Amino acid sequence: MPETATLPAIDEAVALGLTRDEYALILDKLGRAPNQVELAMFSLLWSEHCAYKHSKLLLKTLPTEGRHVIMGPGENAGAVDVGGGLAVAFKVESHNHPSAVEPFQGAATGVGGILRDIFALGARPIAVLDSLRFGEPEASERSRYLLDHAVAGIGHYGNSIGVPTVGGEVYFEAPYEQNCLVNAMALGIAETRRMIRSAAAGVGNVVVLYGASTGRDGIGGASVLASAELDEADGDKRPSVQVGDPFAEKKLMECSLELLERGLLVALQDLGAAGLTSSSAEMASKGDVGIDLDVARVPLREADMEPFEIMVSESQERMLCVCEPARLDDVLAVCARWEVHGTAIGEVTDTGAMRIFRGDELVGDVPVAALVDDCPVYPLAPERPSAPLYLAPAPTLAAGASVREALLALLASPNLASRRPLFEQYDWIVQSRTVRRPEEADAAVLALPDGSALGVAIDGNGRRVAADPYRGTIAAVLECAANLACVGAEPLGVTNNLNFGNPEKPHVAWQLSEAVRGLGDACRALGLPVTGGNVSLYNEGAVGPIYPTPVIGMVGRVPHAARAGRLGFAREGDAIALAGWNAAPSLGAGELAKLRGEPLPDALPEVDLARERAMLEAVRDAVRAGAVVSCHDVAEGGFLVALAEACLAGDLGATLDLGASDDPWCHLFGERPGGFVVSGPRAALEELGRRVPLDVFGTVCGDALEVAAGETRERWTLSELREAHGALARLFP
Amino acid sequence: MRFGVVRFPGSCDDVDAQLAASRVGDAVLLWHADHDLNGVDAVVVPGGFSYGDYLRVGAIARFAPVMEEVVAFARAGGPVLGICNGFQVLCEAGLLPGALLPNDHLRFRCRQVAVEVVNADTAFTRACEPGERLSIPCKHTTGRYYAPDEQLDAMEASGQVVLRYAPGENPNGAVRDIAGVCNEAGNVVGLMPHPEHAVDPLTGGSADGLKLFASAALAHA
Repeated sequence: MPETATLPAIDEAVALGLTRDEYALILDKLGRAPNQVELAMFSLLWSEHCAYKHSKLLLKTLPTEGRHVIMGPGENAGAVDVGGGLAVAFKVESHNHPSAVEPFQGAATGVGGILRDIFALGARPIAVLDSLRFGEPEASERSRYLLDHAVAGIGHYGNSIGVPTVGGEVYFEAPYEQNCLVNAMALGIAETRRMIRSAAAGVGNVVVLYGASTGRDGIGGASVLASAELDEADGDKRPSVQVGDPFAEKKLMECSLELLERGLLVALQDLGAAGLTSSSAEMASKGDVGIDLDVARVPLREADMEPFEIMVSESQERMLCVCEPARLDDVLAVCARWEVHGTAIGEVTDTGAMRIFRGDELVGDVPVAALVDDCPVYPLAPERPSAPLYLAPAPTLAAGASVREALLALLASPNLASRRPLFEQYDWIVQSRTVRRPEEADAAVLALPDGSALGVAIDGNGRRVAADPYRGTIAAVLECAANLACVGAEPLGVTNNLNFGNPEKPHVAWQLSEAVRGLGDACRALGLPVTGGNVSLYNEGAVGPIYPTPVIGMVGRVPHAARAGRLGFAREGDAIALAGWNAAPSLGAGELAKLRGEPLPDALPEVDLARERAMLEAVRDAVRAGAVVSCHDVAEGGFLVALAEACLAGDLGATLDLGASDDPWCHLFGERPGGFVVSGPRAALEELGRRVPLDVFGTVCGDALEVAAGETRERWTLSELREAHGALARLFP
Repeated sequence: MRFGVVRFPGSCDDVDAQLAASRVGDAVLLWHADHDLNGVDAVVVPGGFSYGDYLRVGAIARFAPVMEEVVAFARAGGPVLGICNGFQVLCEAGLLPGALLPNDHLRFRCRQVAVEVVNADTAFTRACEPGERLSIPCKHTTGRYYAPDEQLDAMEASGQVVLRYAPGENPNGAVRDIAGVCNEAGNVVGLMPHPEHAVDPLTGGSADGLKLFASAALAHA
């Protein structure tokens, strides 16, 4: 066996993130002690980030089958059939810890990574969405700094590479103060017949590394950063954050798509977390083959890099492909045309092993199965916490505030204020597909060549999940599906990013198990396959875990792009209705409760998923038929906030009489899935009312929102609503 | 009428410009490393981040082999349109006066803006009326037009200011609200807003940008 590398002590294994038991298992699998190269490879592939060792058993419970599914979990991204011979690939991934340490590069490389997952399938990336969580921006300069730089980083990468950032969401809550979340979702389109998988095949075929050269950046990113809690000394981890180069990735993307267009490749895989180690081992594992690599042939930024450093470097903008020997010259010529380094660094073998050479010298030899399949999987030990995990938020709304003051305070609150200062930093029009721009509709809408379109949204309210992980996660799925229904999109598949704290703690294990149970139940009830996703654990700092935050991404199809729904009122005289609720929603865990400083409730109200599905289908049909002129789902802040948003988006006022109510505050500001503000001809709304509960309350008119509810009568001019809604611009000038 | 759209490494709006131009004629892509314009009748230098915009925006692209042909084509009176990064490249190449500086707020900004046609007698504004308002998106970090006052006075006098942001619409702090300029002959035009993204109301917010491409076709006819 390789004798040149020194045998590491068990302490070194522990420092790399492995447990003592895991190290013993490695000894057992190899029949000897691993050398430094081998230990480095094990420490990464057996990390939480790569092996999903605390979530794998839960994830197996999710539904993954569906008639539109082309690729499910396990590939670089999921993919669904959208008709016309086209497939849409999509996936969400997190870059939380890198962004907490260095927000600009952390967020930028998060976008770069998810884009590579998409074009690794042979799909051209057509859109990015982001889902962000930070601490309270008014109270925390650090949170403002993190948001400002994360948004700039996302824009820098997406704008420079020519992929539009078409949607997203951001919430501000104290539990994210120490551990922000930066999740990025991307989608791409491909001709289905041209898509490619990552399984290496064909003994004797050549393994080609192309893209940027390999440096010392990002070493240990998957293990040291992504699979441990953050602490005070995180400045030391800055070298573990990679630096992104969108220009290099732009060339890499065009080069990859041309290689596939010309049919030159057998398999393709991007280099993400754990770099060359995970990409090569996963390709070998999926193809049930072995791979020999020669690290001496890898182009380096620093000449004196050790073999283990080359194998674990997370330098960005690199791809690994397999091609037949006869195609190698053509492959390298395409690389040269795009000014991308391409180097043959290895070969597919029948050994079933990953063998690492430095020139002629063998420096590592590990069975592929031991690396990829034999990592232990840990069942969780969930336990419902006996005491509240989260402090009540600091109140920001006076106790005796009126309905009038409450609406203005809600519109101006960081979670509800207009995101314009943020999304104006993103290019949302490049590629000429964007049919609905940010703030025009509840979901982004992207035109397809045949006149149809895709609707896409990303959602996840962590506060509701903190109150009730099971029902809160169901609410997140329903919210995302509602956003698609508002543009007339039928959902085809779901991707998800599970952002949680340390799963080795019983209360976090409980949050995670309950959330995954909710995700599975909601997706089964709506008939939706989960085609892929990502898990980000250990999101906690010294003061405790983040709000448990399952982020749901959904892609759907709109038959006619031109008929995609809008959220804003559009015509004077249109009737306004609230569809979907026949009982008042609850204030618990809502935005008003937060402004009032109320603690989280113990549970959320139950939802009837069959009824919710019928509701979503009825709304979708009404939008597709053009029966409703505007459609906006009632989300954070409740009915009155949704009304105000529909007024602002359409620059039109509204007059409503809601009638008397036992609890007008619940009626006006309560939150619950399944409510929609719709406008249109009265007869068309009443038609929708034959399928679902619906009340026509008023009319689109004038330049003010006027609401009567029993004794309550309030009036807000559009300009004062707009002034309140623009609050974020004052925090991020 | 045949348009050629230059493709540099890092061009992002090249295909969009090709799609826009193909609404009024044929349109092909021109590879940066070729000394060949393929006999096109008009050239579009598109938006994006040519060569990553490292060093300085447009500074590397001007040395691309294809740019030698574009310069010769422009000097011979051929119509050349530079959009956003293309505008920056044409300024760096000396085909247009002035320079583009970082936005006064130092951020990337993407929004629909209204621009007014100041000079409707150039190769790319002939289909417009003087004073006409166009609604076109802009998106850039480095779009603040600048030239010294004396030069600006001379440019205004000779009709080289082609487009101006409407009052209150200036997204970047450009001097005298300048959104687009031309050379003395009027055959080379550069602008920061993206007319190729305003050719279809479905995706562009308007179809006003199509007039710039139609102008070139009009001149050719």
